[in-house]
Amino acid sequence: MTQDHLEILLIAIVTASACALPGVFLVLRRMTLMSDAISHAILPGIVLAFFLTHNISSPLLILAAAATGVLTVVFVELLQKTKLVKEDAAIGLTFPVLFSIGVILISRFASNVHLDTDAVLLGELAYAPLNRLKLFGYDLGPISLYVMGVLLMLNLTFILIFYKELKLATFDASLAATLGLSPVLIHYGLMTLVSMTTVGAFDAVGSILVVALIAGPPVTAYLMTDSLTRMLIYSVVIGCVNAVGGYWLAYITNVSIAGAIATVTFLVFVVVFLIVPNRGIIAIALRHVRQKWEFAQTMLVIHLFNHEGLPEAQTESEIAHLHEHLQWEPAFSSRVVKYALNNRYVSQEAAQLTLTDRGRAIAQKALVQ
Amino acid sequence: MQTPDAKAIEVTDLTVAYQETPVLWDIDLDVPPGVLLAIVGPNGAGKTTLIKAILGLVRPAAGNVLIYNKPYEVQRRMVGYVPQRGSVDWDFPTNVLDVVMMGRYGALGWIRRPGKRERELAMNALEKVGMENYTTRQISQLSGGQQQRVFLARALVQDATIYLMDEPFQGVDATTERAIVTLLQELRENGKTVVVVHHDLQTVTDYFDWVTLLNIRRIASGPVEETFTPDNLRETYGGRIAFIKNR
Repeated sequence: MTQDHLEILLIAIVTASACALPGVFLVLRRMTLMSDAISHAILPGIVLAFFLTHNISSPLLILAAAATGVLTVVFVELLQKTKLVKEDAAIGLTFPVLFSIGVILISRFASNVHLDTDAVLLGELAYAPLNRLKLFGYDLGPISLYVMGVLLMLNLTFILIFYKELKLATFDASLAATLGLSPVLIHYGLMTLVSMTTVGAFDAVGSILVVALIAGPPVTAYLMTDSLTRMLIYSVVIGCVNAVGGYWLAYITNVSIAGAIATVTFLVFVVVFLIVPNRGIIAIALRHVRQKWEFAQTMLVIHLFNHEGLPEAQTESEIAHLHEHLQWEPAFSSRVVKYALNNRYVSQEAAQLTLTDRGRAIAQKALVQ
Repeated sequence: MQTPDAKAIEVTDLTVAYQETPVLWDIDLDVPPGVLLAIVGPNGAGKTTLIKAILGLVRPAAGNVLIYNKPYEVQRRMVGYVPQRGSVDWDFPTNVLDVVMMGRYGALGWIRRPGKRERELAMNALEKVGMENYTTRQISQLSGGQQQRVFLARALVQDATIYLMDEPFQGVDATTERAIVTLLQELRENGKTVVVVHHDLQTVTDYFDWVTLLNIRRIASGPVEETFTPDNLRETYGGRIAFIKNR
């Protein structure tokens, strides 16, 4: 692995971690769409700041983007407050306007510079190491690694310091307000960080795929845990796994790194969605199957219990004729009998089924409920 | 600390409007300390809005709210709040103990983290509502009644003087309702003031000693036996009330 490759991988990992942290709170606040909106709407801010500085890597770009991002949130909320427009529609109205202003500004005034629309939309991680931080003639490494490193630290610090406030404002904003822990401050603090992180991630993945880094890992982590702390940690780990996996996929198939990372993000989500214990699709399906057999078995023991010791008990408990009494398919009936025998709820004597003590207890319990 | 005739809550000329539609018209309301008060009125009467206005969660178009003669902002530590159960996302990744500890966040203030003391207070509160065996339970796995108990415990750890509760009996079973009533009456016996948005007219006289009848304007407010009269109820519900229980 050459130094270039290592640097690209590092940038991808740091960017993924920086995006996953605020992403957790966006997902819990049902605001993933807002992150998509912000990632597009900050474009005019970046372009205007670029006109002022003529430097694509000026920190002013990040601040301008953050301001535009917060402005986007304010616009959306103002529209929503009129009650004439719902939140999703307000988002759908706001960000294309701001984004198109950015696109128009670029195509009219900046068509010759590096700020081309492709780079903005898709980003190009492979070129990220070309832009280097040089101090007194020393090469200190790629600028985007420093930018994303600082943003990662900012996000981490914000969440560590205001963890309790973030949690309360996200879970129950009105309680936060009555306790004097302003959810509005927390909200805009978070939105500022999301905006800054988004513009920082521009170089790496462009504005369209940022949302894959912000929303993908937290949504995946949400399926895996019931604890907010763990959800934060898992999100970062999953973000890093996606970055490494995506980079590797792009390397062996020679495709866009950003596209590959977004694809891996989705694949990892699908895998977790299927296999995670308790709430994964497979676990749910298995539970349904088990419940079906459990229920059939309970029906069987209750049937035997109801006729136990009565004159008709002999005919009612003949294995060969059970399906007629219960109106079951013969195959189903014999599988249920086998299941109940395995669980020692019934025992078999010749062609007759009798309840065991255990089976009798289950039947009694089921009938009492 | 307080003069004997101090009012726990004093609402004067309070009007709240969404756009130009008034939700509360010129409400005057005095809540004496140590009462267990039901706010009663039809749907859309502004009951929840009144509670939110007292808590400063909605901005009034006119009027004023005082908590023991001072604005809410300086008295927030004296007030505990139980919002409607449906107002939060119960799929949030957290457990029962953690939610109850949130009641201490106000006393902790910004940045400081809850610790051992907060944990103990939360455990005590959970014992009071009979939920001490559920501390590590994920909150999405609670029944409606259990969720309500958790919310009550969260208000109890605030160790407030005044409690404002928005429909604590909403969707809970009879056992939980009984347990909650006992708890509210205990709070009153300990000198707390408890204000409850309540829906069930049948139980007002059994549960409460003070009642406010509300329908956008304040119809009447005072001790249950004087205030909870057929005439007042008819005025509150606009004659749409089918039964009125005479005692």
